[in-house]
Amino acid sequence: MMGDRSRLCSVWLGSETGILKGVSLSRKQAFNFCNSSHLSRDQEVRALCWGDPAESELLVGSVDGTVKTFSTEKGAFTETRRCGEPADGCFTGLAALSDSVLVTCGECGKLRVWREDRSEPVTELDAGKNVCRMRQDPVHRHKVATGGKENGLKIWDLERPETPVFTAKNLRDDWLDLRRPHWVRDMAFIPDSDKVVTCTGYHQVHVFDPSSPQRRPVLEAEYGEHPLTALSLPAAGNTVVVGNTHGQIAMLDLRKGLVRGCLKGLAGGVRGLQCHPSQPVVASCGLDRFLRIHNLEDRKLQHKVYLKSRLNCLLLASRDLEEGGGATEQEGGSQEVKEEEDEVWDTMEQVQEVEKRKTTEEEEEPQKKSKKKRKKGQD
Amino acid sequence: MDITEVPVSQDNKSKKKKNKKPKKNSESQEGNEAEKKEVEEKMEKSEPAFPPTFSVSEIKNKQRRHLMFMKLKQEKRKQKMQLKKKKKKEREALGDKAPPKEIPKTIENQRVYDETTVDPEDEEIAFDEGTDEFSAYFNGLTNPQVLITTSDRPRGRTVRFCEQLATVIPNAYVYYRRGLALKRIIPQCVARNFTYLIVVNEDRKVPNGLVLCHLPDGPTAHFKVSSARLRKEIKRRGKDPTEHYPEVILNNFTTRLGHSIGRMFAALFPQDPQFVGRQVATFHNQRDFIFFRFHRYIFKNEKKVGIQELGPRFTLKLRSLQKGTFDSKFGEYEWVLKRHEMDACRRKFQL
Repeated sequence: MMGDRSRLCSVWLGSETGILKGVSLSRKQAFNFCNSSHLSRDQEVRALCWGDPAESELLVGSVDGTVKTFSTEKGAFTETRRCGEPADGCFTGLAALSDSVLVTCGECGKLRVWREDRSEPVTELDAGKNVCRMRQDPVHRHKVATGGKENGLKIWDLERPETPVFTAKNLRDDWLDLRRPHWVRDMAFIPDSDKVVTCTGYHQVHVFDPSSPQRRPVLEAEYGEHPLTALSLPAAGNTVVVGNTHGQIAMLDLRKGLVRGCLKGLAGGVRGLQCHPSQPVVASCGLDRFLRIHNLEDRKLQHKVYLKSRLNCLLLASRDLEEGGGATEQEGGSQEVKEEEDEVWDTMEQVQEVEKRKTTEEEEEPQKKSKKKRKKGQD
Repeated sequence: MDITEVPVSQDNKSKKKKNKKPKKNSESQEGNEAEKKEVEEKMEKSEPAFPPTFSVSEIKNKQRRHLMFMKLKQEKRKQKMQLKKKKKKEREALGDKAPPKEIPKTIENQRVYDETTVDPEDEEIAFDEGTDEFSAYFNGLTNPQVLITTSDRPRGRTVRFCEQLATVIPNAYVYYRRGLALKRIIPQCVARNFTYLIVVNEDRKVPNGLVLCHLPDGPTAHFKVSSARLRKEIKRRGKDPTEHYPEVILNNFTTRLGHSIGRMFAALFPQDPQFVGRQVATFHNQRDFIFFRFHRYIFKNEKKVGIQELGPRFTLKLRSLQKGTFDSKFGEYEWVLKRHEMDACRRKFQL
């Protein structure tokens, strides 16, 4: 029963109330995966990641220092692992290396590698205090980056954990010869290059290039006047999507650092942001309790889902978001779900206007579209 | 006189069609048309016919245009009055069988459905509210204690506004700001067991903003204050309020955001009202404006209740709700009013 539901979901969200939420965009349904009888704030989800490349296992990091494994096939939590004490601060990052090796990072800066068969960490390294985020390079999976408040960007190779591969240098003093503070809030590895892009609490976006001798950012851009909290790289390349505490999301060009466009419709601060690995869409969640999915091409809001709790993090499946995903064979079972979950269905909202307009546009100007496509092909 | 009623009357007809129920439409329209025909005939007898698309704005002489426009308006009003009279007559003729009166359309009852409207039976929201920052108050663990201060160097009405606010809220103390930074005040407040910090901002001696910060760990709400009337300016007000704990009425806080704000106001007052004082503080939300009133009531007999306003009265509008204590630079906002984006639809409300 739960397995049917979880197989439908293409967007996964972790909430402040400790509930793991799955959203199926094709069916416009949202599901809660938790035991509703003993909810507690200790279970607050702070990090989410895929446990295996096939995306059948989901790793959920909670505030109390446990990592739970959720199987999307079975639709239930299968395993609970203790990775660190609550005193270490909550998780700032979670990543899976190959064959069930887990990397965790807490706010205190302890970066640990865990093997399944041992309760003690295999490697432990200190990334400094107040770490705000740890991210894994999606290509070289043993490379991770950390950064936080007064703690510049560091890139680590987990095969040689003694010293960081790259340590960023602080920015040059400003025109009054005052030291400029550091505060990395989120980072991402730019594919097909060594570069790393970070966003800071002082509303800057920096690009670091470890391959060049320069340890200061090679590009600095500013957006808005509020701290940037999340960032994500779209599939199209050359741009980065950033979100801030006031609920403003913008696409910045990574060549010159200019704003390419803003995404509208948010009411509260952004906590999680992720672009789909192949489609031009970005999903955002945050304190306003909504999941919003925007199209990056026309910057229109495609989906808006109310999920009842403040949302901390989100994870997209790499398959097509609108697609049902493996549920087509068991139509009967899923229909039962549909009937039962009518209330959930009601709470969801599809932004219909946008869709309509889009279709009319398509009807009106099929030629233009084809032209655009051709242009892209040339590029 | 050259009056052309043709386009106008057509217009009227179409409007009526929209507004009325189809059943009554046929009758009244027939009557209407008959009248109009009469009018038109009269016109046509005296005047040459104009093309049907003629409008008053095409007249080039300003005085004449003005004259014509006034006439047109008069004509329209006349028609409207006639229609009204006729309707009234019909209703009277039908007596008890008359169809019920139509409910007037207001932007409140045409409100766009908000998906965050709180369902009282929802487990998840109940849990979320049960464990939020106000849960200590609602579980009876803390007693509210409020510190009221202002922006730097308050003048005139702001000072009196703060004093009167302190008489409305029990356990409230007004302190002079002394140029202190809010971020330095907050830890001191927490150390002295205050549960709320209220900062009244003023502009040209008039209070215009209010920061309501729940301690020790937020949230912080920022309101715009408008039309504040002090006790002295209120007509027919009662004697000064007593020190009894007032009752609190919260109206129309229906959405998730509204619930948070409502809980925030509720937690300002002690939980057990002293009914001897017969005093009520009301926060009434209408179209996202929160109206504050402070009354004393009396039961005159079994049916009649008399109320007396005690003042002050003011209107609040939510600007932002921030998680955590006051930190406008690095704080995370749960909700921010985005003008022109959020209030593009007049029938959409946030609270």
